[in-house]
Amino acid sequence: MMDGIKKHLIPLSLLLLGLVVAAVLPATGLVNDYLQFVLISVAINAILCVSLNLVNGWMGEFSVGHAGFMALGAYASAILTVKLFPTAPAALLFPAAVLIGGCTAGLAGIPVGILSFKTRGDYLAIITLAFLMIVKSGLENIPYTGGPRGMLGIPRLTTLAWAYFWCVVAFWVIRNLVYSKYGRGIAAIREDEIAAEAMGVNTRTAKLVAFVTSSFFAGVAGALFAHQLQFINPSSFDILKSTEILVMVYLGGVASLGGSLLGAGAVTILTQSLQPLGTWRMVVLPAILVVLMLYRPSGIMGYRDWAWLKPFFSPAPRSNKKKETEKREGPQ
Amino acid sequence: MSGLLETRRLTRQFGGLRAIGDLSLSVNRGEILGVIGPNGAGKTTLFNLLTGIYPPSSGEILFEGLPIAGLRPSEIARRGVARTFQNIRLFRQLTVLENVRIAYDSQIVCSPPDALLSTPHARLREKESINASMELLELFELGSLAENRAGDLSYGAQRRLEIVRALALDPKLLLLDEPAAGMNPSEAMQLTDFLRWVHGKFSLTIVLIEHHMQMVMALSDRIEVLDFGVRIAGGKPDEVKGNPRVIEAYLGTEGELP
Repeated sequence: MMDGIKKHLIPLSLLLLGLVVAAVLPATGLVNDYLQFVLISVAINAILCVSLNLVNGWMGEFSVGHAGFMALGAYASAILTVKLFPTAPAALLFPAAVLIGGCTAGLAGIPVGILSFKTRGDYLAIITLAFLMIVKSGLENIPYTGGPRGMLGIPRLTTLAWAYFWCVVAFWVIRNLVYSKYGRGIAAIREDEIAAEAMGVNTRTAKLVAFVTSSFFAGVAGALFAHQLQFINPSSFDILKSTEILVMVYLGGVASLGGSLLGAGAVTILTQSLQPLGTWRMVVLPAILVVLMLYRPSGIMGYRDWAWLKPFFSPAPRSNKKKETEKREGPQ
Repeated sequence: MSGLLETRRLTRQFGGLRAIGDLSLSVNRGEILGVIGPNGAGKTTLFNLLTGIYPPSSGEILFEGLPIAGLRPSEIARRGVARTFQNIRLFRQLTVLENVRIAYDSQIVCSPPDALLSTPHARLREKESINASMELLELFELGSLAENRAGDLSYGAQRRLEIVRALALDPKLLLLDEPAAGMNPSEAMQLTDFLRWVHGKFSLTIVLIEHHMQMVMALSDRIEVLDFGVRIAGGKPDEVKGNPRVIEAYLGTEGELP
């Protein structure tokens, strides 16, 4: 046990150091507001990317409804900070708002998960598209949250430290999941659903866990997004937003934690540096997607990961000594 | 010897086609039962019914005296019915070890919150599953390939891995669907010895679908013969061999089994 704690000490202190840097950096004046904005966007996009990757990469489905879950998180948290408790101290309110944003989206993940029991592939993709349209049209028709005009005057509570914190939490939880019984079940569904069931994988539980976890973190990202931009309306969460996240997933690499980070970073920085192109930058991203599908359909890091992102108890191949003695007992 | 598995008037209809009709079989604990029959006789459909992949149209399936028809395949697998597939269905993109661990996972208790937060309980179960799965792989001389992708293995090793994966469920009943498909006679003989060893080592009951007659005759304690979804004969290998109805089903009106 002591050995286990020691092993965790180095990454844990590195993560804490990162948090301290994220908290102190804005105060030092070394990074300007714009750079800070980009860094926060990278963190938010990384959360979106890794959570969508759970469904689209590890489970091998094709969800285009991620922006819908994000919208639910954004609106739920904004209602809390703008409408219900505008005077509450931010230090307490904001974590609660993000958490409730995540839970709202997570709850919405349950029906979508249940629908995935019977449908797969293209059909499930259409269901997620329908879900996205329902959420967007629904929000447009609710006067309480401003209808199509959206919500204004959301306090700017998303700091670099909070964005970093939630990003670490998202990657940690999804890593735990992926390297657990449920994560292996999710990958087995991708590989062969019938064989998975025949090998004792309860595919219904696995699908629910995947969809709820994925939508929870989409909601968290939505909450952070709302409190970064200070303004949200239903059309910020349309199919284009989903497409942007899809590009990150398939550029970085499917079923990969490192790939999710890479994809989110690359796409965010690319879209920012393509600002001078104006609306033409919306042409560049889809074009990248086309090239990617032709030459590297599973992305830069598809199905692979850096060793430092894997859990420590990942198996190392054992020595072959034991094999020799077994050979005499074994068949053939 | 007592009945481990029993089917009662089991029927499966696909539209107008009756793939299995009124089939009543029983499998005794500890035996190797061969199931033979010409192509399209309903052998694989029988396995799909037994493992819950299809629900039966009518009839009952009892495993250890309890009805299992209508249960989810994963639940049936957990109760101790494991199988292999005619066309190998490994998780090709995953490693050899992961393939075995997925089956072993049904034996470990770990709630979703435990898994998501990687609690000490979850980590302990993980270590357990790695060790048990490695042990099983090493027993079958696949230990050194543990980190290879299952899809990269040779054909023979893939067939073997599928059996290992099924054994990781710790089954009482193992259903083998043409394990010797695509093997030459000498490979099939090796497989025969291998299966006999597995049967003893894990004290299993085995139901075997196979077209290699030599192998079925050598391994089976009993043989059931299906044709057009109906049982046409059954008994000791020697009795079945000479049965005119069996010969007719296989070869037409005249001839002899190989």
